[in-house]
Amino acid sequence: MTHQYMEVNNKKVEISGNEKNILEVVRNMGIEIPTFCYHSELSVYGACRMCMVEDERGNLVASCSLKPQAGMKIKTHTKKIMETRRMILELLLANHHQDCTTCEKSGNCKLQELAVNMGVKKVRFKPRKPWQDIDTSSASIVRDPNKCILCGDCVRMCSEVQGVGVLGFINRGPDINVVPAFDRPIADVDCVNCGQCVSICPTGALTIKDDTLKVWEAFSDPKKKVVVQIAPAVRVAIGEEFNHTEGANYLYKSVAALKMMGADYVFDTSFSADLTVVEEASEFLNRVVKGEKLPQFTSCCPGWVTYAEKNCPDLLSNLSSCKSPQQMFGAVFKKFFAKKMNIPTEDMYVVSVMPCTAKKFEADRPEMSTDSYQDVDAVITTVELARMIRKMGIKFEELEPASLDMPFGFSSGAGVIFGTSGGVAEAALRYASEKLTGETLNDVNFKEVRGLEGLKEATFNLQGKDIKLAVVSGLANTQQLIDKIRKKEVDYDFVEVMACPGGCIGGGGQPVPNTSESRQKRSKGLYDIDAKSTVKKSQNNPTIEKLYDEWLKSPNSDEAHYALHTHYGHKKRIGGMEIKDDENETTNEKIIISVCVGTNCYLKGSYDVLQELIGLAKEHGVEDKVEFKGTFCLENCSNGPSIKVSDDLHKYGLKKDETQKFFNNVVLPRVK
Amino acid sequence: MSKIFEELTRQAANTPKIPCREFINAKLGLVELDEEKTKLAEELSTVYRREAGTFECQIALCKGTGCHSSGEIALWQKIDEVLKEKGIRDKVNIVETGCRGFCEMGPLVEIFPQHIFYCKVKPENIEDIITKTVMNGQVIDELLFDGIPIAEQIPFYKKQVRRVLKESGHINPENINDSIVHDAYQGFLKATKMSPENVISMMKDSGLRGRGGGGFSTGLKWEFTRATPSEKKYIICNADEGDPGAFMDRSLLEGDPHKIIEGMMIAGYAIGADEGYIYVRAEYPLAIHRLEIAIAQCKEFGILGENVLGTGFNFNVKIKQGAGAFVCGEETALISSIEGKRGMPTVKPPFPSTSGLFGKPTSINNVETFANVPLILNNGVAWFRQVGTPKSAGTKVFAMTGKIRNTGLVEVPMGITLREIVFEIGGGLKDGAKFKAAQIGGPSGGCLTEEHLDMPLDYDSLQAAGAMVGSGGLVILDDKTCMVETARYFMSFTQNESCGKCIPCREGTGRMLEIMERIVIGKGKMEDIDLLEELAHTIKDASLCGLGKTAPNPVLSTLQYFHEEYLAHINDQRCPAGECASLRIFEIIPELCKGCSKCARICPNDAISGEIKKPYVIDQEKCIKCGACESACPFNAIKVG
Repeated sequence: MTHQYMEVNNKKVEISGNEKNILEVVRNMGIEIPTFCYHSELSVYGACRMCMVEDERGNLVASCSLKPQAGMKIKTHTKKIMETRRMILELLLANHHQDCTTCEKSGNCKLQELAVNMGVKKVRFKPRKPWQDIDTSSASIVRDPNKCILCGDCVRMCSEVQGVGVLGFINRGPDINVVPAFDRPIADVDCVNCGQCVSICPTGALTIKDDTLKVWEAFSDPKKKVVVQIAPAVRVAIGEEFNHTEGANYLYKSVAALKMMGADYVFDTSFSADLTVVEEASEFLNRVVKGEKLPQFTSCCPGWVTYAEKNCPDLLSNLSSCKSPQQMFGAVFKKFFAKKMNIPTEDMYVVSVMPCTAKKFEADRPEMSTDSYQDVDAVITTVELARMIRKMGIKFEELEPASLDMPFGFSSGAGVIFGTSGGVAEAALRYASEKLTGETLNDVNFKEVRGLEGLKEATFNLQGKDIKLAVVSGLANTQQLIDKIRKKEVDYDFVEVMACPGGCIGGGGQPVPNTSESRQKRSKGLYDIDAKSTVKKSQNNPTIEKLYDEWLKSPNSDEAHYALHTHYGHKKRIGGMEIKDDENETTNEKIIISVCVGTNCYLKGSYDVLQELIGLAKEHGVEDKVEFKGTFCLENCSNGPSIKVSDDLHKYGLKKDETQKFFNNVVLPRVK
Repeated sequence: MSKIFEELTRQAANTPKIPCREFINAKLGLVELDEEKTKLAEELSTVYRREAGTFECQIALCKGTGCHSSGEIALWQKIDEVLKEKGIRDKVNIVETGCRGFCEMGPLVEIFPQHIFYCKVKPENIEDIITKTVMNGQVIDELLFDGIPIAEQIPFYKKQVRRVLKESGHINPENINDSIVHDAYQGFLKATKMSPENVISMMKDSGLRGRGGGGFSTGLKWEFTRATPSEKKYIICNADEGDPGAFMDRSLLEGDPHKIIEGMMIAGYAIGADEGYIYVRAEYPLAIHRLEIAIAQCKEFGILGENVLGTGFNFNVKIKQGAGAFVCGEETALISSIEGKRGMPTVKPPFPSTSGLFGKPTSINNVETFANVPLILNNGVAWFRQVGTPKSAGTKVFAMTGKIRNTGLVEVPMGITLREIVFEIGGGLKDGAKFKAAQIGGPSGGCLTEEHLDMPLDYDSLQAAGAMVGSGGLVILDDKTCMVETARYFMSFTQNESCGKCIPCREGTGRMLEIMERIVIGKGKMEDIDLLEELAHTIKDASLCGLGKTAPNPVLSTLQYFHEEYLAHINDQRCPAGECASLRIFEIIPELCKGCSKCARICPNDAISGEIKKPYVIDQEKCIKCGACESACPFNAIKVG
């Protein structure tokens, strides 16, 4: 093939034809074109207009949406472009709550960085937007609309990559805003707390809920014994916060830093990941023997668990009942270690350092407690730990590494690779294959499930039985897989799900940029640690063996179930919101008829049905025995209008002309 | 008389509103009539043009929005009533037509067969019209426009070249037969006898350019869409007319819906699409109603659906009602809206011709563009190019409003001068005022001044003058209009209609509006002018879609031509046109003031003081410019400057 060229800033550049856009060509040349709304993993939005380049005719064109063509001539930094970029920034800053010195995102804020780089010295416009309340309802994410620059990155991340679609635009023109569904607080909508929106937000509009103060307080409380666990994915990412190589292992420096801050014990979550492997793989083998509840879905990712509870009630029994490694760690320490060390449970304070924002939500769940104590007291993310290190003035780069406390500081390579997509499956395979075959597994590398692809599938023959595996990361990919499973187009025995692309290494609490390149390096970092580890199988971790001997007896024993397993329930996607039809007080004798007046049912005539039913109740003189409610979405939109009678009876698709029949056959007998 | 004619007339006579089906079928090419039959059919069609000869008289009422809102509905009832009273209801046919364009003079009534054209008809005139004109053929002079009885003789119509509007206002838009007799779908039938490529090259040769604002070659657009390989393609008719004051698309849809459907079918045939959408504003209920009727009748006649008129071509048309966002007139936003997404523009490329509606190649054309298509097919390229300029062929419909005598809808050859439109067709300015400027092309357009009066109006000359044809809104302004205020108004319009997606438009237009608002109340600073220009260039250069790219035009164009008006507002806190309320100065002329104290008593801010029977004075510091004194003064002693 002949070589093709275009011209950038009067310089001839070869183009391969595979570049997505001009932006890529220019960035490959080592010239940074600023963008707010362009991300290679999301669709092209073209709204920020920062990436404009000048074409031959002197017109500005957006380089994010233009394909390079042979012979094209563009310039990237002409006077016109620079002035345009500067004006755009000035316009954004005028409307931005400029509390940079106290902003969480300061130092990492793209708006701040570009304003400095582009030389915006003065903002000639006054703020025009009224103050909007900051949404602190979520356990994981804080939303400050006053800092939103409306680039839509979070909207596309949430819907395109995560398939959750909980953020969206409302209003138009100058009143446009990004808000959670129905303009409700984040905690009330079907957000799974994955934090990917935070990762991609260029400003401080979406930030991680800061829990560092809780941790400082615990450190300074002389009564508290603070036990810190560090998750696998943290060690290969925290270095990025201190300009170190991506993917290198900074576990031991982190231990040293935490010890300096006042941690009494620092352990590795990989240890409890080993415990999870043993519990979860045993559970899986039981299910295989019984041939029930298959495929078994993993349950260590709290984003996925929340997603399943809200969207896949039919699959909840397929989820492993195991708590996540974070929660198992908490349970082991509060129930077992505390006793062993003679620490009163109320004085033990468990802190987790996680790559994940959803872990904050998970730790707060009422199910995640043992003997009325929450298993984990505080969760901080990788980014928050880095902030604490800086706050204390620790020179991370000069820090002498310190070792983990024993005995729970010991973990297998299998526990470490939990932090990347495919790791849980591989760790479980290392356990299950030995259990099934009864032979020692020599080659522990199951490379088929490695890599950062959204979906990986593999079949392993273990003792004459084919075990079919799927490993999926990113919730949009997960939903696609679930659709196929439901339609029985595919069939698996074991499905590993991680909500974030690439697994925990790409978690919402990780340093930014959280791109596929950085995820690649972090993932490699974890596999390197595994390769170097002396113990590669969870079942060979001596601490785990000891734990079963001294306390848990055997995998899936009653003791293990009590402390290490949990349960799930179908959750409403949108919280609350019931509209009372009349002001009558509810009495217990009344039959409550709820008619959904959500958009879909409303359009299908649910309001008429409701009116009709109210009329019929009056006609039959039973209006005091029936209470009507127009409720918010009953989540059976396609079969609407949906009607619920006294919580136990659902009727879908009731047409207006069938109301009489429905009232006579269903409502009246209950009244009488 | 041969039997066939008897048969035809019998059928026609029996159903006066529907001419014989055989004739219609012959027109649609479904049956072949021999020479004799054709001749008879032609004769019959003339008969039909007089509503099949069974009625002695026809009263045509304009049902365009202008006439409709100035009382057309009451007229219909009254006519019906009086006719019944006189016992001649069965002899007189009442037709409600589409817009005749002469809205200023509405409600318009035309009496056939005499073709007498009455203006500003009120219900109390009906009795007279029926007894005198309908029953006795007398002309009522008072109801004529300047004493001219025939519409075509009126200067307003005389200078116009009504091509796309030819049938509008003359046919019954709710009766497909009427359209077919008037040659609807003949262009389509001709097209199907040509190859799609030839249809496209014919469009290219005709030089037809998009009438919606862009002015892009229609033939090229079709060529690109045809060139993209795909099993499924779409045609979209953009009827999301949103410019303030523009109503040509609505009038066309209301007056002659079949012309638009035919244009879409020809486009579909040319690019290989079998489905079309008409994206029309929900605020146009009559247009939607008539389109629905037209589509239903087309299906009945086999003009839409599978194997259209036996040509083997399939085509269906759907109506999509828009919720009225101005930006949905932008093609990518319009596509998003049809797809059920937020009506926001998306980046181009990809252009709709490669990836449009539901990701399929799509050609989007404006209503008026589609209306031109059948005419070109029917009459040929040479005919089409007879009027207009070489680079802007054909006619353009303008919606003329503002301080002009004859407001309304005019169809003129491209290249006509502004002077001809304003002073000949438009009849000059209202109350003999002085022409100051014409705002052309809606909120995205610019201003033309006295110096442009003799400039030909076509795509390129307008562009060169900093204005644009746009959709054809034409607002005539007199010397009492403040150009700064006019620019502020358009700025507030675009700011309100900005979708909010891209930063330059969302934030920038708001800031420009802020400055404009400052200037019209006399709080502007000299550096504001530089800031306006700086903002305007950023918005023009960097906005995502056409709305933003053109939003600063009214400001830039007034800054160019009326710079001194800006300076007067900023430096002297004075509005030369006297329009900006907060800059008006009220003064009492001592010579005229009789000292009656009426003004002092009515002043809400106690700004006027004086002694009885001596001239009063206004304290300018206290005056809030409300104008109460001016209207209260019985001696016209208050001067406003």
